[in-house]
Amino acid sequence: MTLYARRKLVNRLALTLAGGAAALGLFWLTAILWTLLAKGVAGIDLALFTEMTPPPGDAGGLLNAIFGSLVMTVVAVLVGAPVGILAGTYLAEYARYEQGGRLGEVVRFVNDILLSAPSIIIGLFVYEVMVVRMGHFSGWAGAMALAVIAVPVVLRTTDDMLTLVPAGLREAAAALGASRWKVIVTIAYRAAGSGMMTGVLLAIARVSGETAPLLFTALNNQFWSGDMNAPMANLPVVIFQFALSPYENWQRLAWSGALVITATVLLLNVVARMLAARNRGNEA
Amino acid sequence: MEPAPPSRPRSEIRIETRLADRPTADGVQRPAEKIVIQDLKFFYGDREALHGISLPVHGKRVTAFIGPSGCGKSTLLRVLNRMYDLYPNQRAEGSVLLDGTDILSKRQDVNLLRTKIGMVFQKPTPFPMSIYDNIAFGIRLYEKLSPAEMDARVESALRKAALWGEVGDKLRQSGLSLSGGQQQRLCIARAIAVSPEVLLLDEPASALDPISTAKIEELIGELRSDYCIAIVTHNLQQAARVSDFTAFLFLGDLVEFGSTETLFTSPRDQRTEDYITGRFG
Repeated sequence: MTLYARRKLVNRLALTLAGGAAALGLFWLTAILWTLLAKGVAGIDLALFTEMTPPPGDAGGLLNAIFGSLVMTVVAVLVGAPVGILAGTYLAEYARYEQGGRLGEVVRFVNDILLSAPSIIIGLFVYEVMVVRMGHFSGWAGAMALAVIAVPVVLRTTDDMLTLVPAGLREAAAALGASRWKVIVTIAYRAAGSGMMTGVLLAIARVSGETAPLLFTALNNQFWSGDMNAPMANLPVVIFQFALSPYENWQRLAWSGALVITATVLLLNVVARMLAARNRGNEA
Repeated sequence: MEPAPPSRPRSEIRIETRLADRPTADGVQRPAEKIVIQDLKFFYGDREALHGISLPVHGKRVTAFIGPSGCGKSTLLRVLNRMYDLYPNQRAEGSVLLDGTDILSKRQDVNLLRTKIGMVFQKPTPFPMSIYDNIAFGIRLYEKLSPAEMDARVESALRKAALWGEVGDKLRQSGLSLSGGQQQRLCIARAIAVSPEVLLLDEPASALDPISTAKIEELIGELRSDYCIAIVTHNLQQAARVSDFTAFLFLGDLVEFGSTETLFTSPRDQRTEDYITGRFG
């Protein structure tokens, strides 16, 4: 076999393997989405968004769970996003310029570990420090667990996006006599803004599907409750419980709830991607 | 093709500006020394990039720093507004006197210094905001103006940078929507909007097409009567066209400094001659 023929063969082989792997991944993704759609769409009606989770056998909806998820996600992001943004700012704008500074590297490394830590561990941690001390499960504990998960996501994207801002832009602002903080807020944040927003949206998408940390913290609530100090209903845990139950109406609600979460996360991801694309367009 | 030289004859400009200079003891009119660099050494970490440079930068004149890549000309320019302060591991030794005050001193407020010494970079760096806000950004940092006063300042800066005719009716557009040459003139307008005394230009035309380059050079010719200008360029013809004084740097040393005419027509040092005749670099 000539060298040329062999090269062509290897090329074809590599293409087949890579294409096959991509197709396999896409197949399962489509299968999951299709199953979700087929089983969940039947249960999407007005009652789903207006009624409480029912006892077995009764009709009902997921209003308390949707509301609880919404509240805890909002609180988690309100707490987690500022921490993540400020810490990311420290890494990209201060630690990077420190003489022989190792602190930045350590923070970045620890953050990467936190980013990939199993969320059940974060649930256990918050259970130890909040639930045990308070003596009961609560919405606050749930929100804090979600905040701990949101921080590394926001931190990482903020760090990355600020690092992408060209040094020339910072120098140009500094050359006009702007102080470092002014340069960061008026120039760097503006240039990296949509990228950082993307990070926050991705964090929302990430925390809105988390189940494990909520099992240990917010637990669940069969009834309507706006009290963050009490156990709070939320979509992931309701899906978990209802899907494992033997009751047919609960299982149907679980499918519908799963569809609602997936659709929301998908939407957030699409918006995040559009923002990121616009950001890249701005820099060109 | 080389861009056309500035339309105004240079001799005329020189006569104009010389009138403003202070007379010296011997009765000869000499331009005032706005900046005096004395025995300046510069370090990137342990590497010494400038080995004790001394030269004056005259007010209301254009001084060009030329030399092959890596000779330290940009480094020298970035010392003059302490741009290097942004980065760790970079430090300068010696002294740089601006109107007699050592700006390398620890007591010097760097941000205040930079309001007096404007800088324009090689790559146009418009901020991601409107044309108007690009100009207003620097002014807002240190002055509180009424909207009408601000409008007037923005217009005057854009006029001085010969950009008003092109952007006067679209001030709310993003600065990023302009062409490269317009962006660079926007950056010059932004620099002069805060009324600096010195303008540092770091290869301001090297990323531009010949027509934009000609416009920038023309602009430098017009600004020389109001500012002390230092320009880094590796375009020798450009240095010859726009500057009154030229400093030739080589491997971190100042080889020769003198009036542009003398340096280009009868250089004293062999290395200068080799460089300007194109034997290396």
